[in-house]
Amino acid sequence: MTDEATPFGGGRIEMMGEALLGLPSGGLWWEREATLIVADLHFEKASSFARRGSLLPPYDTSATLDRLESDVAALSPARVISLGDAFHDPFAVERLAEAAWARIERLQAARDWIWIDGNHDAAAATAPGGTRAETLAVGPLVFRHEPTKGAIGEIAGHLHPAARVKVASGTVRRRCFAGDGDRLILPAYGSLAGGLDVASRAFDGLFARRRLQVHLLGAGRVHTMPAEAVVGFGLSRDGTTRRRANR
Amino acid sequence: MTADAAPPPLLPPRFAAWLGERGWSLRPHQERLLEAGRERRSALLVAPTGAGKTLAGFLPSLVDLAERASGARTVAARRGVKRRGVHTLYVSPLKALAVDVARNVERPIAEMGLSIRIETRTGDTSAHKRQRQKIDPPDILMTTPEQVALLLGSREAETLFGDLDTVIFDELHALVTSKRGDLLALDLARLRRLSPRLRAVGLSATVADPNELAAWLAPQTPDAPRAEADLVIAPPGTPAIVEILEAETRIPWSGHLARHALPAVLEAIAQARTTIVFVNTRAQAELVFQELWAANDRGLRIALHHGSLDVAQRRRVEAAMAAGGGESGLDAVVATSTLDLGIDWGDVDLVIHVGAPKGASRLAQRIGRSNHRLDEPSRALLVPANRFEVLECLAAREANAEGTQDTPPIRAGALDVLAQHVLGRAVASPFDADDFFVEVTSALPYRALPRSTFDRVVDFVATGGYALRVYERYAKIRKTKDGLWRVANPQVAQQWRLNVGTIVEMPMVKVRLVSGDKGRIARFGGRLLGEMEEYFFETLTPGDTFLFGGEVLRFVGMRETEALVARAAGRDPRIPSYWGGKFPLSTHLAERVRGLLADPTRWAGLPAQVRDWLELQREHSQLPGRREMMVETFPHGDRFHMVVYAFEGRLAHQTLGMLLTRRMERAGLRPMGFVANDYCLGVWGAIDLGAAFARCRPSIDSLFDEDMLGDDLEAWLDESVMLKRTFRNCAIISGLVERRHPGQEKSGRQATAATDLIFDVLRSHEPDHILLQATRADAGHGLLDVRRLADLLARVKGRIRHVALDRISPLAVPILTEIGREPTPGAAGEAMLAEAADALMREATR
Repeated sequence: MTDEATPFGGGRIEMMGEALLGLPSGGLWWEREATLIVADLHFEKASSFARRGSLLPPYDTSATLDRLESDVAALSPARVISLGDAFHDPFAVERLAEAAWARIERLQAARDWIWIDGNHDAAAATAPGGTRAETLAVGPLVFRHEPTKGAIGEIAGHLHPAARVKVASGTVRRRCFAGDGDRLILPAYGSLAGGLDVASRAFDGLFARRRLQVHLLGAGRVHTMPAEAVVGFGLSRDGTTRRRANR
Repeated sequence: MTADAAPPPLLPPRFAAWLGERGWSLRPHQERLLEAGRERRSALLVAPTGAGKTLAGFLPSLVDLAERASGARTVAARRGVKRRGVHTLYVSPLKALAVDVARNVERPIAEMGLSIRIETRTGDTSAHKRQRQKIDPPDILMTTPEQVALLLGSREAETLFGDLDTVIFDELHALVTSKRGDLLALDLARLRRLSPRLRAVGLSATVADPNELAAWLAPQTPDAPRAEADLVIAPPGTPAIVEILEAETRIPWSGHLARHALPAVLEAIAQARTTIVFVNTRAQAELVFQELWAANDRGLRIALHHGSLDVAQRRRVEAAMAAGGGESGLDAVVATSTLDLGIDWGDVDLVIHVGAPKGASRLAQRIGRSNHRLDEPSRALLVPANRFEVLECLAAREANAEGTQDTPPIRAGALDVLAQHVLGRAVASPFDADDFFVEVTSALPYRALPRSTFDRVVDFVATGGYALRVYERYAKIRKTKDGLWRVANPQVAQQWRLNVGTIVEMPMVKVRLVSGDKGRIARFGGRLLGEMEEYFFETLTPGDTFLFGGEVLRFVGMRETEALVARAAGRDPRIPSYWGGKFPLSTHLAERVRGLLADPTRWAGLPAQVRDWLELQREHSQLPGRREMMVETFPHGDRFHMVVYAFEGRLAHQTLGMLLTRRMERAGLRPMGFVANDYCLGVWGAIDLGAAFARCRPSIDSLFDEDMLGDDLEAWLDESVMLKRTFRNCAIISGLVERRHPGQEKSGRQATAATDLIFDVLRSHEPDHILLQATRADAGHGLLDVRRLADLLARVKGRIRHVALDRISPLAVPILTEIGREPTPGAAGEAMLAEAADALMREATR
């Protein structure tokens, strides 16, 4: 854990020589490029469930926008990159309430806005404003939705990382950034988007474990921890368990 | 039963002859139930085990069916097309019990040669048979509450139950105080609508308020006096012989293992034919089982039974139990509440209760599991595991001798259950809201339900009930032009069928053994040992050891939704505090314990070492009064402690601890932590609390003021994991989120995470939503026990006695030994614990 206070309670993450800041909201701030990156907004997830008979509270888009507005107000980014799956399904854009459209448009005013296609929303006909892209390269970093094995300098989303770590009273599970210096995967930013354990098989082969750090989203600050702190990720105490991946 | 009494005229000759052949005659309560049947009145029978309760419940139906069979086949048959429906519906909380009772009722039917068809219907019944039962129903159908709900939602409900004559609820006392009882009450109201001449019969063990149970059986009219069914109370059986084990060795200060007493427990098992050893938690069951085996040098056959073990394993133990103490039988089984109810094992002649009984009625129920003959006493041995439990056991024995009961009252019906029922009602057929409201409020738990709340629940079912009305197009039920509510599409009905029921399992993971002692890990396969709550594994790191199924296992890791484990060497597992405090000490027993403590003239019945302990307390501090609440403050080590003797059970104490430390924080008292058990709460910190109270900064009265239940409670509730867990249950029961079913790939963890997120979004955007209202109502008596805490604060207002001490008091020793400590098994751990406790005692009495 870092001792010195960081701006916005963020967690310092270095990649390809670039200084990045993981925010407690789940957003990533790249100060040198004045760029805010958010992954997996999953707008209209509740209404997507409602179509199938689970009438979840229809406030998720609004709650996600609340946080996004507050990040944008605090940072005044010149560029915002949405790392894909901004909309929960291809028809989510059509279900978006007018007020939500207006809020997104206000956020987009006076800055670059890039929608990277995700697997959920690639088929969406239109998105409000901004530019659509499959991937985006800025300086040494490349932005795409789904992490690809072997890529270097990659910033991705898609997997919704979360980690369970050991604390004095037991364990705590939180959404997190997960990175090894070559690749960084962002937590889901959407208010109803859940998390997937970094120790699960979906993450196999993506990180060099010795260098992996997780940055857990706490209340008002981000907690950085090494891979050994993650439950289900390290060698067991007696050394008999070998992890399948990251050979 | 006497052989020479003449059979009463209530019975047709065939029945009288059958009884006579066996040398039996009707007991008075059986006669009363026959009379009630003849007069078509509902009735509640309260009777001890062995009083012929089942026969009493079924006789009126058997007589009616026998007479009917000789005359016209059915009323319905006259209408030509309509088939004959069920005559008597029997509902049991356990499917095993339904099957067992069916067998017991079939016997007299066969012996009298009656033409009555009796069938069971449970989750295990084949789809083919269930389908056939709907088309060609039996005369008597034996089933569970969930199956009743499903049948009521089926297309055949009206033909099945249109002529229903009698519904019998077995073990009613065990059903009514849960959400299961709420749903069943609503289903009873529905059955009455389908068959207005229906009469209800309840069979129950002794309860605190039998009139309330009798009212549950009767249809209610709002604003009218409460209606009640006939109450028939059978004479109590022979009083039980309850002994408390006198320890020859030192009685521990804390812990729940009673290791010191296990040699005596083994001796008692050896003396008896078959013994059930009851404990309070699964963790305790595992440990007691392991310890008994370790000391079992004469080869007694002892088995283990709890809800986490593989079903096949449990069935094997039950079969061995049924075989009794014979060749293939068992000498004892260590069990949790899984054996509280259920089928009778005739050979059980001793019940041993290890640990605190927690409640008078609960103990009575467990004691009743031994010896089902009315004319012989049940025998029980109570084994207190620590000094406070000695007091509790004594209080429980007194309560048992006096026959006092402390079953909880029936609460207002839960709104999430009502939501499930509303959807089920629409699935059955279109309904009129006004008419349905009358039906719902005829059920006792919903008698005081305001119309506005009912309408909000209907709105919730239809479109989610959100202020932001955006889900009209996804509505599950819609009001059509004729004013009736209908299901929007067949998928909704299917969803409801998959969600029926109010039992929400904790997310479970399978426990798989992947390696032997050599530590080799297989890539696939491995033997399945059973299931455990997922949150238990969330507290473990690989390498941690724990007890399961009587073995010490090492946690290897998670693989998808399975926990992989290996056998561990040694017998000193790290034991986690899982499933602790499931049953908090009942208010009634707590009051008795307080009374016992406050009155030294009654200490004669206590073991000498416990008596000495209380004498020392009287000498060095004071005794907690019967009506007031004593609070001790003292320095100890480098901290300052406060011990609150509240006697309100662990859950309420934990909630009090959370609220109190928040308030102390604000008052600058710098609390550092707290620990709670069933009897008291210990708080420690860096500031001299005694001095602060002496200067009234703050005063002790203001610290314990009831206003802590206002904003502090709200603020804390919102962050509480317990409340999120409660919300998850409400969300599932109400149908907001789908229940997880076996084989679905979505893991329980993901479902939990989802309901957590839903809770946060809902709370911040619509804090008054009906589902949050339901969640808070649950928190009142569930995991947080807020209501009991509220009662305590009101009761002790102005009656708090502060005792400032310069060192720890004898009575405070047990709670202080629990600080920062899980039960530490293994001889070394136990010895260290004793050493620490003894050091504390030396300090206290210096």
